[in-house]
Parts: sequence; structure tokens; C-alpha cells
Amino acid sequence: MSEHSTPHVLPLRVYLGIGAILLIFTIITVIAAQIDLGFLNIVIALAIATTKALLVAFFFMHLYYDNKLLFLIFASSIFFLTVLISLTMFDTLRRGDIYEIRDINIEQDAIIYDESSSVGADTSGTNH
Amino acid sequence: MNTIPEQNFLTAEKGLKSWLTTLDHKRIGILYLISITFFFFVGGLFALMIRLELMFPQDEFFIKLDDFNQVFTLHGVIMIFLVIIPSVPAVLGNFVLPLQLGAKDVAFPRLNLASWYLYMFGASFALFSIFTGGVDTGWTFYAPYSTTIDRSVISMTMAVFIIGFSSIFTGLNFIVTIHKLRAPGMTWFRMPLFAWSIYATGILQVVATPVIGITVVLLVLERLLGIGIFDPTMGGDPVLFQHFFWFYSHPAVYIMILPGMGIISETITAMAHKNIFGYKAIAYSSLGIAFTSFLVWGHHMFVSGQSEFAAMVFSFLTFFVAIPSAIKVFNWIATLYKGSISLDTPMLYTFSFLILFTIGGLTGLFLGTLSVNVTLSDTYFVVAHFHYVMMGGSIIAFLAGLHYWWPKIWGRMYNEKLAKIACGMVFVGFNVTFISQFLLGLKGMPRRYATFTSEFAQLNGFSSWGAFLLGAGLLLTAIYLIHAVYKGKPAGNNPWGALTLEWTTSSPPPHNNFEKSPTAHYGPYDFDKIVVESTLDD
Repeated sequence: MSEHSTPHVLPLRVYLGIGAILLIFTIITVIAAQIDLGFLNIVIALAIATTKALLVAFFFMHLYYDNKLLFLIFASSIFFLTVLISLTMFDTLRRGDIYEIRDINIEQDAIIYDESSSVGADTSGTNH
Repeated sequence: MNTIPEQNFLTAEKGLKSWLTTLDHKRIGILYLISITFFFFVGGLFALMIRLELMFPQDEFFIKLDDFNQVFTLHGVIMIFLVIIPSVPAVLGNFVLPLQLGAKDVAFPRLNLASWYLYMFGASFALFSIFTGGVDTGWTFYAPYSTTIDRSVISMTMAVFIIGFSSIFTGLNFIVTIHKLRAPGMTWFRMPLFAWSIYATGILQVVATPVIGITVVLLVLERLLGIGIFDPTMGGDPVLFQHFFWFYSHPAVYIMILPGMGIISETITAMAHKNIFGYKAIAYSSLGIAFTSFLVWGHHMFVSGQSEFAAMVFSFLTFFVAIPSAIKVFNWIATLYKGSISLDTPMLYTFSFLILFTIGGLTGLFLGTLSVNVTLSDTYFVVAHFHYVMMGGSIIAFLAGLHYWWPKIWGRMYNEKLAKIACGMVFVGFNVTFISQFLLGLKGMPRRYATFTSEFAQLNGFSSWGAFLLGAGLLLTAIYLIHAVYKGKPAGNNPWGALTLEWTTSSPPPHNNFEKSPTAHYGPYDFDKIVVESTLDD
């Protein structure tokens, strides 16, 4: 697509059609929420939500017809978000794999930093 | 005899108002230079306070124990967020990038000025927090300590948030400038490598910085509203803070080093008068570093309590970062081979960079190794490694760039003799300071302690004397550079005999950069082609 082209116009029926599909998906979401499918609950809910978001982005926001660079930017932002979430889940989902984590309740009133007895040492994490 | 052109960007308009409302990228670069230099000396003072306290083993030799935590925190926050991150892109990127591309300005001059105002606004928040309780969390603001203590954590993290936006705008501006404003004939692979590195940095700034913004907002919300995101007593996960923090802050170390690497590509070719070895390899390795930097953040968290599986994955992935960095170093060294090398000050800083960055990079591999890291974590080894990369890498490259482009910025040359002496003081002072710290770390001295046992006394004293020498070298540098602005000899358009477009215009450049729009007929380092042509002309 050239830089100064006129805006891309879709026929009205495409908008109405996509709108109808979005409504149908909303109804499916409501129905699916009534039935307990175990671990599939979240999978179905997220799959429907993702499909709907993509339909909006591709057609209502014209990503499908626009400069492919814009699609690349959109896709890369999704990619980096995936990296952030999935690598973080490598941690949060697999804690205690090797060494068992002893489950101790954390005291609400635990003293984290006591001015009177401290010698001012902070031993938090690494920063290289 | 060289002269200073009467009409240039410095004389185009007069008065403070003309500077504060300027849209000229060159003047905005200088505004950044002044503000960043100010904060560099503030951060440097904090560093010297740390070294004074650690000169002798006794408690409270120079500062109170509790204040020590504030001093090292402020040193870190100021140096990282207010100095190194904006230093090369905002000062030299602003000044040099449009000139190198043959453009009149950046793509969005108003946004460019707005970035500087945002930077100053954020910096005022940082100063405000210093005077209203301070921060003693370390520059990493780890939760739950940062969410529970009674200090100015909110204003300091807001400073980081605001300066983050300044950084995003600058990165965005440069990306668009590189895409849209290249001169005729300036294809992607005829761009100077400095522009490539600024491009890779821009991507990092735009993609990574929002995450630190969101993270500090969550931190502030937790402090204000008691939402349990990071605080385990409310069902939060403190390690999650570290994930979010390092997802930005690891790429951020590449935001800090990549533009420096771009400078080295410029100085090494100009000073060796030789085409760069492996242009495309260096260009692509910048993008490679930018990409892999997103996959390795967990190596900052090996002892945080993250899962062993995650630690193994992050350790494995960390080694991939070494590949593009090594590609660059090998290519720079190969560029020197059979070059006609001038040992001017920019080249001395370039050599310093090659040595210091290599040491910093290789010790990074020690720390990326899971088993070794567990032992070295939170020791002075980490501190030394970090300073070798950030000071020995980024700041030394910044100094190389400042000395290289100083005659272009002001049209005047500094005193080369003093510059070489200062460079020697910086190099020796730096190594004395931080080699001692590598040894201290290996002997087990923990970082962030205001006191230590007598077995560490000798090396600590040594390190402190090194820091004073380093500080004196930097002070001398500031003095002769400022002196050159007023009294330096006119430098001429191209004192180094370099081929990139910024050297084809006058020094200082005119308001619109070029008398007439330039065309790139050659690659940026085609010294061989130019030599052939001029021989034929004769």
C-alpha cells in the first residue's frame, strides 16, 4: 500500500457480518460459562476472546488490508508479551520441582526491616 | 588555516529562550549533554562517598551506616536512569544521527524537545526524593522491601516512570528518522553502523521500557492501595517483581551498551582509515543482541527462589548473548589489521573500550553459569563485572564519541596532550578500582555493606585510591573539553579524515545541517574506493 493512498473502505455487510460473529461468540462465552469443563474452562474462554480480538484488529481496525509493517509491529508485540509471560511461567509453574517448598504461613506482622537492630545491610538480589 | 563559520547552529539564534524552545536536534543534544553531565557528576560524587566509606574497615568512617544504603542507591539510580541510558542516544544520537543520515533534523522535532522536558521533569522527581527521605532499596527497588519502607520510593519510581517515557519518545523518533529521512543514495547498508546501533537501541527502548513503567505503577499501587501483587502477606509474589523488573532492565543494559558499540564502529574505522571488517555482521549482530537480550533476564535471579527449571533455561539462553557481542569485538579487531592507525584520543578510548568491554563481557559468562553464579551472587565480583560493562563499556565509548565528535559539535579542538593524559588516568584509575573489586568478590566480600573485616582492607583501600584517580581524570576531561568550547583551535570540517556525511558539512554545522542536501555515493567506510578515485583524479 502506498504512503498517501485513500483510506481502505469495506462494504457495510462485512462490518455487519463481523459484528454478528462477535455477538455469536459472546453468546457462546455466556453459555460456556454455565458449564464446568474442568481445565478447558480457561482454554475455551481465552480462545474465544483471542478470536474476537483478532477479528476486531483485522477487520474493524483494517490490519488485514493495511501496510504489512503494521501487522509485523502488532505481531511482534504479541510475541514479546508471550516471551514475558511464558518464561515467567517457567518459574511460577515449576517451583519446587527439585527441592520441595515447605509451606509456612507468612506472618502479617513479620518485621521486615527493624531500624533499631539493623546494621543497614540490604541483601536483595543480583544486578549484573 | 581553519576558521569557524560565522553562520552555524550555535549562532543562529541567541538567548536562553532560543535554547529552551529550540527544535534543532543539535541544540537539543547539547541540552541533554549539559543535564546529563550535571547528573554524571552528582552520581560520581555518590560513588566517591561510597569509596571514602570503604577506604577503611571501621564502621561509619565517613557516612552513617544507614545513609550508606541511600548513597549506593542514589549512585545506582542516577547513573543508570539519568546518565547512562540517555547518554549516548540522547546526546550523541541526537546530534549525530540526522547528520549521518544526511537529514535536516529528526522526524519529530517537537517530540524531541518534549523528550528533553520529560527527562528534566523526571529528574526533578529524582532530586525531590533525594531531599525528602531518600531511597535505600538499591536501584532495583525490590519488593517487598520497597513496598513497605517509609521512604520516598513513590517519587523515585515516578522519576523512573517519567524518564522512561522520555526514553520511549527518543527511541521512536530515531526509528522513524532512520526509516524516513535517509539522504538519497543512503541505502540501509550504506548507513553508518552508529545509525544501526541507534536503530537497535530504539527498538529496545520502545518494546522494553513500557514494562518497567507498568512495573513501577504496580509497585506504587501496592504501596498506596495495598493490592497484593508483590507482597506475599497479601498473596502476592515478590519474585514476580523481579521478573517484571528484569524483563526491562536486562534489555536496558543493551540500551546502554549498543549505542556505545555503534560509536566504536565509527571511531575505529575513522582512526584506522580502513573499511570496517564485516559491516553486515556488525549491523545484524546489533539486532541479534537486541533480540536475545529479551530472553535472558532470569540470570539476575538465580538465587531469588525462582524454579530450578527456569534458572537452567535462563542460564542456557544467556550464553547466546555472547555470540553477537563477540562477533563485534572480533570484527573491530580485524578492522585494525593493516590499517593506518592514528593514536588520537578517540582511538585511545576505543582501545580502552575493547579491553574493558572484553573483560566485562567474559566475566559475564562466569556469572551466567548457574553453578558459579550461586557462589558469586551478591559479591563484589558482580559489582566489578557490571562496572566493566557499564562504565568500561558504555561510558568509555561515550567518552570516545565525545572526543570524536567534539570538534564537529563546537568547531574547536581540545588540547590533545591533556586529553591523552586524562584518558590514561581514567583507564588506570578504572582498572585499579575494579580489578580490586573482582578480587574482593572472589574472596567473598558481599556488596552493599558499609563495613568489612580487616582481611578485605588492603584491596578496598587500593580500590578507593583508584576511584579517586578515575574521578580526577574525569574532572580534567570536563575542564579541557569546556575550555575547548571557548578557546580551542578551530578544528576544520573533517579533522579525522572520516567519510561519514557529518564530516562533509561545516563545524559547527549550519542550522539546517547541510548547505545543500547531500547524496551518499559511497558506503560510510569505503576508504579504499575514495583512495582509488583520488589517485585517478591526479
